[in-house]
Amino acid sequence: MVISAHGPGTRWLAALAPHQMLDVVGPLGRPFPLPKDPVHALLVGGGYGSAPLFMLADALRQRGCRVDMALGAASAERLFGALEARRVTNALSIATDDGSLGVQGRVTDAARSILERSNIDVIYACGPMPMLAALSTLGAEFDVMVQCAVEESMACGIGICMTCVLPVRGSDGVVRMSRSCVDGPIFAGDRVLWESIGTVPEETLGAPKASGH
Amino acid sequence: MTSIRVVPKGGRGLPVEVNLDTQLGTLALPSPILTASGCAASGKELSQFVDLTTIGAVVTKSIMMLPRSGRATPRMAETPSGMLNSIGLQGPGVDDFLEHDVPWLASKGVRTIVSIAGNDVEEFGRLAARVRRAGDSVIALEVNISCPNVANRGLVFACQAHSAAEVISTVRRNVGGAFPIFAKLSPDVTDIVEIAQACVDAGATGLSLINTLLGMVINTETLKPALAGVTGGLSGPAIRPVAVRAVWQVHAALPKVPLIGMGGILTGEDAFEFILAGASAIAIGTANFHDPSALTRVQNELTQILAERGFSSLQDAIGFAHRKV
Repeated sequence: MVISAHGPGTRWLAALAPHQMLDVVGPLGRPFPLPKDPVHALLVGGGYGSAPLFMLADALRQRGCRVDMALGAASAERLFGALEARRVTNALSIATDDGSLGVQGRVTDAARSILERSNIDVIYACGPMPMLAALSTLGAEFDVMVQCAVEESMACGIGICMTCVLPVRGSDGVVRMSRSCVDGPIFAGDRVLWESIGTVPEETLGAPKASGH
Repeated sequence: MTSIRVVPKGGRGLPVEVNLDTQLGTLALPSPILTASGCAASGKELSQFVDLTTIGAVVTKSIMMLPRSGRATPRMAETPSGMLNSIGLQGPGVDDFLEHDVPWLASKGVRTIVSIAGNDVEEFGRLAARVRRAGDSVIALEVNISCPNVANRGLVFACQAHSAAEVISTVRRNVGGAFPIFAKLSPDVTDIVEIAQACVDAGATGLSLINTLLGMVINTETLKPALAGVTGGLSGPAIRPVAVRAVWQVHAALPKVPLIGMGGILTGEDAFEFILAGASAIAIGTANFHDPSALTRVQNELTQILAERGFSSLQDAIGFAHRKV
């Protein structure tokens, strides 16, 4: 379990002593879709967003996939799992904003250079929303599907409270406020209206009219 | 009759039968435990954790005529002993709801109370008529005249007796004589008894007490309101004393009117408090978010505490705190 202790709940979790018992509900939501064929995958993690990528890398390699990974964070100490990443991948790139580990720069720049030199079939990504948005744009440019694990604050995690929504275009073309917890957390990058997160886009089903809600 | 055999704590004495049957006007339920509207969607998600046929009923998230996106995010803020929500009645609209949600609940044999919300009196009427024809699994309507997450506070019908009564009488006209309807009231009023009386006079079978309180949190890092909708509805244990007070006052004034009590119930003991104050049923809301098995747990805990306090029947405990000794 990887936790970033920056709210009351996560601080409480982080303060627990080893061997204390916790109730856990899971697994919840939709997992990363796995390819049928042994493709070449690029896994991109930002900060603690690398957490779910290691098990994914294992699963992909068991299917004969080649797994490249790019991890990025503000600094070396904000980067989670660099050693583990080396174990589970075929090739690893690291980028930090301050250059304290790997190359100095953004993880999206590292992803771009991998896309330029390799024939990547699919990108899996987990990290801050701006990173996911940038990778989705990059995926469109290189015609590569990007599977994004999004992060939204949520009250329940099981689909009943409707707090963790974001605007997503469905396969029917209709934009809905979709629940990250059960409709996600994995969304195809080209389905999420990244620039509209935190708003209700006008074209959303049932969006407020000028009179407001 | 539903009787549950429990051994009072300490293991002394013989097991006691506790009858959880409750009666809300003409509506008989085998358990007083309901879901609180907006905290259980339409039941499907919670059915992974709870056998919904074992509780009194599922009260569905308020449905409107048309699909509704709800508000922008952030929609939630943590508060001391509770939370604010600012969902804004997101929902698929009544057509989709009647096509998917109600048939699913019926197929599972779940007793269903449908919560309706309208932008105006006429929409409440049309919704009531539609839902009334939805089949036998829908055993009652809850009329949400108190959602705080609307742009115009003037549309919180439950804030004034005459507008509350206008909605309830319209709903009553549209569902016919005996069908149970419950008006969900807001505690954000000067005199909740006055509103309660007006709703009963207008044809409400009973009352659901209480909806969330209007609240607000400012994020001291961003220096802005924490919620995109600025204000939100406060729920959780923080509001429980307010809710118990509302149930107490309304039961004292209208002792024959069945009440559904809700507001920060986390345990069977909390539920028991509402029953002692005069609630004939209680609803679990925010607790479902952190404990998806809360409905079953609270039902078991309530049975246990009734036995421990010497009640063999829930009905004997309703309003007990009002009795003169």
